[in-house]
Amino acid sequence: MNRRQMIVLVAGLALYAALPPFLKTYGVYLMTFLCVYLMSAMGLNLVVGYAGQMSIGQAAFFGIGAYHVAILMKLGLPFLAVLPLAAGSCFVIGLALGFPALRVQHHYLAFTTLGFNVMIYLILRNEQSWTGGTFGLSGIPRPSLFGHELNGNLEFFYFAFASTIVLALLLAWLLRSPWGRAFAALRDNPIRAESLGVNITAYTLLAFAIGAACAGVGGAYYAALVQYIEPTAFNVPASLMMLLAVIVGGSGRFFGPLVGTVVVILLPEWLRFAQNWYLMVFGFAVVALMIWLPGGVMSLPDRFRRSAR
Amino acid sequence: MADFLQLLLSGAAIGAIYALAALGFTLLWQASGTINFAQGEFVMLPAFAMLFFLKVAGAPLWLAFLLACLVAMLVLGYGFKTVVVDPLLKHGVIPLVIATLGLSIGLKSAVKAGYSAEAQPFPSPFPDGLLSLGTIRVSYADIGTLLLAGLIVICLQMFLNRTLTGRAMQAVAQNTESAKVLGINVKRMVLYTFLINAVLAAVAALLVTPTYLAKFDMGDSIGLKAFYAAIIGGFNQTRGALLGGVLVGVLENLMGAYFSPAYKEGVALMLFLVVIIFRPEGLLGKAEERKV
Repeated sequence: MNRRQMIVLVAGLALYAALPPFLKTYGVYLMTFLCVYLMSAMGLNLVVGYAGQMSIGQAAFFGIGAYHVAILMKLGLPFLAVLPLAAGSCFVIGLALGFPALRVQHHYLAFTTLGFNVMIYLILRNEQSWTGGTFGLSGIPRPSLFGHELNGNLEFFYFAFASTIVLALLLAWLLRSPWGRAFAALRDNPIRAESLGVNITAYTLLAFAIGAACAGVGGAYYAALVQYIEPTAFNVPASLMMLLAVIVGGSGRFFGPLVGTVVVILLPEWLRFAQNWYLMVFGFAVVALMIWLPGGVMSLPDRFRRSAR
Repeated sequence: MADFLQLLLSGAAIGAIYALAALGFTLLWQASGTINFAQGEFVMLPAFAMLFFLKVAGAPLWLAFLLACLVAMLVLGYGFKTVVVDPLLKHGVIPLVIATLGLSIGLKSAVKAGYSAEAQPFPSPFPDGLLSLGTIRVSYADIGTLLLAGLIVICLQMFLNRTLTGRAMQAVAQNTESAKVLGINVKRMVLYTFLINAVLAAVAALLVTPTYLAKFDMGDSIGLKAFYAAIIGGFNQTRGALLGGVLVGVLENLMGAYFSPAYKEGVALMLFLVVIIFRPEGLLGKAEERKV
């Protein structure tokens, strides 16, 4: 990243942080939700963009994280203790799920994760005694930090915002490490990577599990944000939306999920005037975008540069 | 025992419908490498097209079905191929998958907003009533579904194996380059595959809608089952889709009746996981060599 890009990034972040005090409750909620969603989308980008796999179960991991927080915090555990638990569970489940699926390449992980998502939805819906069934779980407390409860929407926004930046820095560091560079090698040319001694299956599996853990973290914040969760929020359509966010932004680019999340969260809000038709417009817009810009929105500058030459 | 046989038969009937959708799905994959995540919507749309011809134009069911087949071939076959698949195929699998996901959302929402969000009743092509075979009672609809779906699968097999065009299509599926060298018109064969897929989806719609009712999201479950059926049976085998579909349908029915109806939807996933652990190429599939 060069200096100019760095300045733009810092200015953008500062603007994002400065905006919420001037917004109404719903605006602050949207901006917080964007952060929460981004955590999960960044994890998915690791799977889709860097490890080159299709995952359609990110919302299930998001849900697992959310239910961890809902159930354990209501039992009195502090948020900061539940967070690693949520991430850890998702990581382990990711490993267990990815292992059979990644024995075979490509679309299999897509279908496995899709089915996994259906299964998680069924469990959340049917195991009423501890998930609340279709009624969901309400009255989830907000986290407290050093004895101070983050009850205000603004306070919680800054907490989520800071956490998102920390997670982004962690992922950036991971991707710059030699270990992370193997991911890019895998995606660009798996056979060459393997011949250079990269264990494809192990790396892909780890990428998938780390991606799942990120979703767990995002889900944990989500539960604390909305304070009421129910199963439909974590069903397959939610996973598809997350996948759309990553690809529409530009998978395999570090800031792709950011652009994609903005599109997926804010575009439907802008399209609200179209009422019932907005999802239709959104769906066909995605098709059109893929046809014109298969590399996602982030590939737009490259496209201009190429056509200028 | 009678219960068990009844469940077996009705499961096989719904499985035969999954198989039709799965069959189209495999054909598309073989011929063009398209993974169609809108396959369920490809079943939903002809159902609504038929409903439109029935209600608005007052056509009888058979005519509505034929018209819906035409529309499906035009829109979901030719249109889908030229507008969505052709421009995207050269960019690899993922952009195409995302485009079909977008298509799925778009089609569903279009029907929901433009027609109705409510489930619509749909006439059955078969007479009402039950057939008693000793102690077993089966509905005519189940028998008709099994027979019609079976007939279509056999016809398709014959077409693919016995006719010149069918064999050319298989050649394209197995090795596009060699097929081209042999003078096969690859583009036309791929187009045929898309048209066949559209017709299979329309037939599946005719058979499934009387029981499942016409609803904008009816494709969700069918699409998912079709994927699983295709992989369980063997992604590169036409017969595999049939076996996978029937297996999923029957096991679901047994699970729903004997264990827990709440987890009926999970059966396909379980079976799928078992299959990819022990036989990743599918029950009838042949292992594919890795292309470099």
